[in-house]
Amino acid sequence: MTLELFLLLAAALFAVGLYGALSQQSVVMVMMGLEVMVAGVIVAAAAFWYFLAPDRPDGQVLVLVVVSAMTVEMAMGFAVVTLLFRASDADTTDAAAELRR
Amino acid sequence: MVPTVLFWLFAVVAVGSAVAVFRVDSMARATYALALSFVAVGASLLLLNLAYLGVVTILMMVMEMAVMAVFMIMFMMNPAGLMPMSMLHNQRAALVLSGGVFAALAAGALLVEWPERRGTVPDDPTRAAGDAVMGSKMLVMMGIGAVLFTTVVAALVLAAARSRYDRGPAGERP
Repeated sequence: MTLELFLLLAAALFAVGLYGALSQQSVVMVMMGLEVMVAGVIVAAAAFWYFLAPDRPDGQVLVLVVVSAMTVEMAMGFAVVTLLFRASDADTTDAAAELRR
Repeated sequence: MVPTVLFWLFAVVAVGSAVAVFRVDSMARATYALALSFVAVGASLLLLNLAYLGVVTILMMVMEMAVMAVFMIMFMMNPAGLMPMSMLHNQRAALVLSGGVFAALAAGALLVEWPERRGTVPDDPTRAAGDAVMGSKMLVMMGIGAVLFTTVVAALVLAAARSRYDRGPAGERP
């Protein structure tokens, strides 16, 4: 176990999540992609804490902040999707294109 | 030796099931694959002596997947995967972009000279985290509390019918 291995795992998770967030049409799947990206950030933050500065708790607190960011992202994402669906029957990202005009 | 083997096991499961999320037909399977991926991520945190944070990650993700399943049934056209259909757009650009991001991040991870490790892992990292949350990092946690409360209010205002941002078919206010 080395820092580099954990960072590679984090990079792989981040890239897979990015692919999902960019390529999926269904908003639920886009949300899943974002979750995978945040999981990569969690792994990287924990590895930085363990391998670089385990004597201070900052890394652990950073993980807590990222976990909270994940819940906020889920809640706000689904709230916006619910609103969009009620307002214009949009359940895919392509159908919600008002800002493009 | 054993931690290394476990790390590779968790890493393969985490990345493999994350890939499976976007490959399987059935959305129910995608949700379970994502839950499995997060359990592996939480387990890899356990390898770093982060018992509390690892378990919190696993518990939170299991709950989130339960919530996600409800929304999946609400919004997916094909929740059970009985009608195979492609729900992708812009796949080639997404592949190129995410491959490039992985290459850049991996190059950074391998090429940067990371500093020497400072200090040692405390005997009880959970206690260290608890002391920090109740002491030097309390302001961070109070900030998170305010953000979470704002999220509750904002999500309700956005999502509830007959509220500030709801519009009828002709754009009229409720």
